[in-house]
This record gives sequence, C-alpha cells and structure tokens, in this order.
Amino acid sequence: MARKRLDLTFPPRQSLKPVIYHLVKDYDLVPNILRAQIHPAQEGRMVLEVTGPKEAFQAGVAFLEEQGLTVSEAASDIVLDDERCVDCGLCTAVCKPDALTLDPDTQKLRFDKDKCVYCEACVIACPRRAISLTF
Amino acid sequence: MAKSWEEINARIASGDAVVLTAEEFGALAADEGVSAAAKRVDVVTTATFGPMCSSGVVLNFGHSDPPIRMTEITLNDVPASGGLAAVDTYLGVTEASTVRGIEYGGAHVIEDLLRGRAVRLKASGPGTDCYPRTEIDTWVTLDDLNQAYFFNPRNAYQNYAVAVNTTDRVLHTYLGTLLPRLGNATYCSAGALSPLLNDPTYRTIGIGSRIFVAGAPGYVAWEGTQHNPHTDRDAHGVPVRPAGTIAVIADLKQASPEYFSAATFTGYGVSSFVGIGVPIPVLDEEIAATLALTDADLTATIYDYGVQRRSRPSLGTVSYAELRSGCIEVEGKRVPTGPISSLPKARAIAAELKRWVAEAGFTLSAPAQLFPQVGSQTTKPLEIRTGEAI
Ligand code: SF4
Ligand code: SF4
Repeated sequence: MARKRLDLTFPPRQSLKPVIYHLVKDYDLVPNILRAQIHPAQEGRMVLEVTGPKEAFQAGVAFLEEQGLTVSEAASDIVLDDERCVDCGLCTAVCKPDALTLDPDTQKLRFDKDKCVYCEACVIACPRRAISLTF
Repeated sequence: MAKSWEEINARIASGDAVVLTAEEFGALAADEGVSAAAKRVDVVTTATFGPMCSSGVVLNFGHSDPPIRMTEITLNDVPASGGLAAVDTYLGVTEASTVRGIEYGGAHVIEDLLRGRAVRLKASGPGTDCYPRTEIDTWVTLDDLNQAYFFNPRNAYQNYAVAVNTTDRVLHTYLGTLLPRLGNATYCSAGALSPLLNDPTYRTIGIGSRIFVAGAPGYVAWEGTQHNPHTDRDAHGVPVRPAGTIAVIADLKQASPEYFSAATFTGYGVSSFVGIGVPIPVLDEEIAATLALTDADLTATIYDYGVQRRSRPSLGTVSYAELRSGCIEVEGKRVPTGPISSLPKARAIAAELKRWVAEAGFTLSAPAQLFPQVGSQTTKPLEIRTGEAI
C-alpha cells in the first residue's frame, strides 16, 4: 500500500466527479480531497491524498494525465521545528482538524500528522515561524 | 502570623526559605487550607511568557576613531533610535526591517545578539567638530557593547482579553489569527501563575522589586505604561480585564534566548515573547489568599475584535480553567480556544526563579515606592483635535 499527496491542475470546465469516481472504481484507489479551488471558467487545483496498492497508483496517475490533468506530488510534509517552537499554542487555535493540540497536562504542543489536511493555516499563524511546508 | 521582608530575606540568605511556585502553592492551599500554607511557605514564584510589544534595549556601541555622532542607525537593516547621545541607541522590538519587513525586526536583532551572533551596524551622522565621521559600517556582538540592557516600558499585563471575531472575514491581530463567525478564541495570560494576578493590589510588586527578566536578574523600574488599577474586579479583588502593568530593566548580557523569543504576527507586525518572573513574599494571610487562587477562580473578559474601535463590546467572562480546557461557550456557540502565552515556558521560569530564591540567595526587595493604587490616576484616551481647538 502507498499513500501520496497529489497536486492536480486541471483545465477549465473539466468535470472532476467522474475522474474521482474512476480512481475509486477502476483503480482501487482511495482519494481524500484535502483542498480544492474550482472556478468553472478557470484552471482548477486540487490536492488529493491517495491511498492504494503501489501498481494501481501509477496506472491511476497515468489515467489522470490522459484526462488532461497535470499531476505532481504535493507538499510532502508539514514540519515542526521544535527548537523554534515556544509552546505558545497559537497554531492550535487555527487547526480545524485538531492535528495540532496542546497536551492537557503539560500544555506542550503535540502534532498528529495523520490528522493534518495541509491547509497551511498554522504556517502563517505561528509567530515563531516554526512550522513550514516542504515539497 | 505576619512575616516581615527582613525575616524572609534572612531565611533566603541562610538557604532555609521555603519556596513554591504559584501552582504548587495553590495545590498546597487546597489541601491544607490557606492559613497553614501561609505559615509554611515564605516565597511564591510567579511567571509569564507572552508577547510583549512594549519592550526594547538600550545599547552603547563605544566610540570609533575618528568618532561619529550617530543620528541614523540600523542594526541588520532594522532602524534604531538616533535621538540619544552620540553612540547610544534604543532599539524597540516592534521595529521592522527596511528589507525584510515584519519577518525580521528589532526583536530578531535582540535574539540574534543573545545567541552570540554578530549584527551589522550601519550609521550616519552630520559630521561635527567633535564628531567628524559621517558614516560607519561595521559588525558588533553583545560582548562588544559597553552597555546593553532591556528597558521594557510595559510588560506582564495583569490579565488580558479573550479575543473573538463575529465578522465574516479572517482577522489578523496581535492576539493571533481570529477565524470568522466565532471560529476560535485566543487569550493571553499565565492565569494562576501570572505575576500581577497574584498581587492584585500591588502590595509587594512596586518600583524596585527584584525580578527575573528573560533569564537575567532585573528590577521593576516603574509602573508600566497604561497601568490602570481601575478596571472591574471580581470578589477576590482581582481584575477581570487588562489592568496593571510593569516597566522592567535588566542586563541583556545576562539574559538568555531560552526566555526571549522574537515573534512575527502575520498582518500585524513584530513582537517578542518576554519571560518575566516575580517572587512574592508570603507576608500574611491576605496575600496568601490571592496567591492560592487557581485557574478555576480567575476570569477574563471576552471581546469582539471584529469591532475596530477603542472600546470593544464585551461578550461575557470565562475562567482560565475553561479557557485551558480547549473550548468555551460564546453566545451559545462552542468555540475552540488557543493560548498565546506559553504555559510550559511560564512553568519553567517559575521553577528557575524558585531555584534562585531557594538555593542561590536571590533575596527580595520591598518596593522603594508603590505603584498608583485604586483611586489614583485613570488611563486617558487620545482625543483627536485641531490646533485651533487648543
Ligand atoms: S496545515 Fe492545517 S491541518 Fe495541518 S497542522 Fe497546520 S493548521 Fe492543522
Ligand atoms: S504557534 Fe508556533 S511557537 Fe506557538 S505552539 Fe504552534 S508551532 Fe509552537
């Protein structure tokens, strides 16, 4: 099994529903939409987290490209620099999925990467600039 | 059971003083009662580590040959005041870089100095008979400077607002990113550990109090700017809104980057986290009673930062225990909370100061002069008027 984040750019008026549907049905992949910017008349962008068997992965990406989408690997990681972090907790106030929380006892910052949806809200909220997005 | 400052200091000097942090004292008082705790304990340490914009350093560079009277000064491209004597300056933490904007400012220069890094000093002056040089471009480290000390006009606010946003757009404030339609709430106080919440009427904290400033021994220099003893108070006499403040002074050379951290608030500006610790003598049961208060007893007032005026409407009060739980209720809605003041850092400072007092003979000094008390001055707003109106 593999899990990757893909950054999709697609042409105007491309309908996405069938594309996602085929990924699931024909390629046995489980896509999870992390972010989407879709304006019917403009180029769209979507960040997907895709889980599935390794072989199906390549075939799935090839399928997306056939449909006229540009596919690239998205931001691979949100990185927390412990040296810079002062446990102020400000990032926890903007992290909707609760990936960043404070330990109830120590009030120190905890980061549960599995819950992160790569929205980058914490990146600009952190006054210590301790959180960054790497590609 | 009243104890005098002298008795307490004698015990500190002989290494026999019983010292607890304010959190530990609150727990002891809950177990054994306030009067038993007051008898047993000599000193309670309090602390806070939050963004404090009204902070900065006084620096003296020494004279170059030939000398210069610096009137325009930058440190790593961050402007510093040229309005003092020839080679003196004041660098405020919120000053932004002329090159990198708010991503690097006065606070970052100070943090770099504390980390032992060399900082680029550029200055120019008019060129006078006694100061003929007109320009200088060199590098300085903290060790090179003759004097380097914090002079922070306003630190350690006694209580602070809880900020929310009822508008439809994201707000970037000095209390962090506020999400629309009551999407979150931020607050900024060490609560039960906070220095001035533990001495609500400024009995022991006054001009000349010996304190911990960013890792260095320092002093309360004056009342802080906007010190306002007149805000609403709860049944314990503790303010429920921003109230008293302290101005502090301390040697930058003895400070530590552990307890001073530069900060950038997106869409707002530069600031710095400053660690302040204040030891409070357990003089009698009256002061012990406020030292014993916990996060469940202390409250803060919720304000709508969507209203961009001097007076924002209050949306009620909440206790620090509720705020720390991670979720509060505002206008019937569950709102997630985020602190700004670091509790782990405040705890580390209270523990460090406890070591200073219990083990290193850090004696206390009674105020040489008390702060303005309730019934004295009030904070005045700035009215906008024209020359003709004067
Ligand atoms: S990127 Fe978004 S979801 Fe991930 S940790 Fe930051 S705020 Fe939370
Ligand atoms: S906002 Fe930054 S400094 Fe504060 S707890 Fe989060 S990562 Fe740490």
